[in-house]
Amino acid sequence: MEPTIHKNNTQDLKVNEVLQKKPPTIEVKEVKVWYDDFMAIKGIDIAIKPNTVTAFIGPSGCGKSTFLRLFNRMNDYIDGYKMEGKIKINGKNINKKKVIVEVLRKEIGMVFQKPNPFPKSIFENVAYGLKIQGIKDKNFIQKRVEKALKQADLWEEVKDNLKKSALALSGGQQQRLCIARTLAVEPSIILMDEPTSALDPISTAKIEDLIRELKKKYTIIIVTHNMQQASRISDYTAFFYIGDLIEYGKTKKIFTNPEKKQTENYITGRFG
Amino acid sequence: MNSIQKNRLKDQLFKFWGIFCTLIGLVLLIVFIGDILIDGISRIDWGFITDLPSRKAEKSGIYTALMGSIWILLLTSLIAIPVGVAAAIYLEEYSKKNWLSGLLEINISNLAGVPSIIYGLLGLEVFVRIMSLGASVLAGSLTLSLLILPIIIVATREAIKAVPSSIKDASYALGASKWQTIWLQILPASGGGILTGVILALSRAVGETAPLIVVGALAYVPFAPQNPMDEFSVLPIQIFNWISRPQHGFIENAAAAIIILLLITFIMNGIAVYFRNKWQQKWK
Repeated sequence: MEPTIHKNNTQDLKVNEVLQKKPPTIEVKEVKVWYDDFMAIKGIDIAIKPNTVTAFIGPSGCGKSTFLRLFNRMNDYIDGYKMEGKIKINGKNINKKKVIVEVLRKEIGMVFQKPNPFPKSIFENVAYGLKIQGIKDKNFIQKRVEKALKQADLWEEVKDNLKKSALALSGGQQQRLCIARTLAVEPSIILMDEPTSALDPISTAKIEDLIRELKKKYTIIIVTHNMQQASRISDYTAFFYIGDLIEYGKTKKIFTNPEKKQTENYITGRFG
Repeated sequence: MNSIQKNRLKDQLFKFWGIFCTLIGLVLLIVFIGDILIDGISRIDWGFITDLPSRKAEKSGIYTALMGSIWILLLTSLIAIPVGVAAAIYLEEYSKKNWLSGLLEINISNLAGVPSIIYGLLGLEVFVRIMSLGASVLAGSLTLSLLILPIIIVATREAIKAVPSSIKDASYALGASKWQTIWLQILPASGGGILTGVILALSRAVGETAPLIVVGALAYVPFAPQNPMDEFSVLPIQIFNWISRPQHGFIENAAAAIIILLLITFIMNGIAVYFRNKWQQKWK
């Protein structure tokens, strides 16, 4: 028995592609998160600007990853997880009962800390997100896969080996494959959880170039431990500390003239 | 002797002790197999496999018992694998971790430790009497299914646990449902481990005697089973029956039947190892 959900008409998808998607709006109000009795997020308000790169920075355990995973509801499966508050994307509360989480995640892609390709071929990795939507049109899938791999700047390196196992790629290539896999579903928002922390400097540079390129079409939120990276690629920066959002603003301002003492201490490397 | 030399000596001593311990089981098995082979190998020919049991040792064959064992094996697989794997998937992927799931878990481990004769009594009461299936292949298979269910569940859960959570995260993040993630990622990734556990459980089932005696498997059946409701015998019972005879010819028969039974379990274990290795290669 083949599992299927939300069958999409490929024709609709093609039309969608032609129509320019409106940039998404993201608003967070009074969000609190608990893991059992531990309060991981202590009430955060933030509005993310569309078609920008927003960096979440802060010391380990400050809640920035937890906060990032709220946007595509990846915390849902964690035992003891509880949240309060509102996250509105395009004006809709994403935690409402009637929101289908699978549809939400199609709209909000995610790239993880460690490259995590499926143990399948390169092609199958990128096609996975489309196939699970019930899309059967081979031609359409083929085109989308090619487009996504080109967007992720991987096409030239793999176009002759699409049937090769994704696990045979280098770490940097694997991470770009994971980005391609996310892009193939055509999300409007991409969440990145320390996407370069397991990569060498050259692969990191490639991914950073890619992120700069992608923000023209996508809204990107990136968690990073690398201060230079945040200043290099992000337009806005949010500094988290022990479950609180300490400061949020233009990256230039945060890195040159922060308002809070804690932010300054962190970015100058005095703690963290 | 200084302290370094002393430590070296201890190291050497332990190494030899370790080798000795490792070899105990292996040497005994080799001695046992050798002994059985000497007793029984000359008795094995095509006739031994295709003949019906008989009063005369030299005319007796294992046909009905072998067919009974194969029937039991097939039916038990059909019943125990889907049930066991589904239960394991539920416990691993769906059930919330709370006191109830903890209780379930402990009791499944407990079930794995229940003596097989108790399962036989359970089978006798529930399947043979209450469900009035009689001393049939089906009743025997159901009983053995219960017996190996905990083993399959535990093995399947371990295999599922070994699937990296990063793979699940990736699948969910792309908009896959739980069922899709299980079907398209978790099961293919854990298939080798599940298969290994299942085959080891089945090779245990094929060697079980006590529960089937209680359920009512017979020592002498003139026909191989034709459908699940037929009476049956299995190899271990045939062996047990032959060993209890005084005539020397039957002892030889028993040895020969043991060789066949061991062959079946070794082949099954071999298949398990083969699949495990093949799967591991694919997932490297």
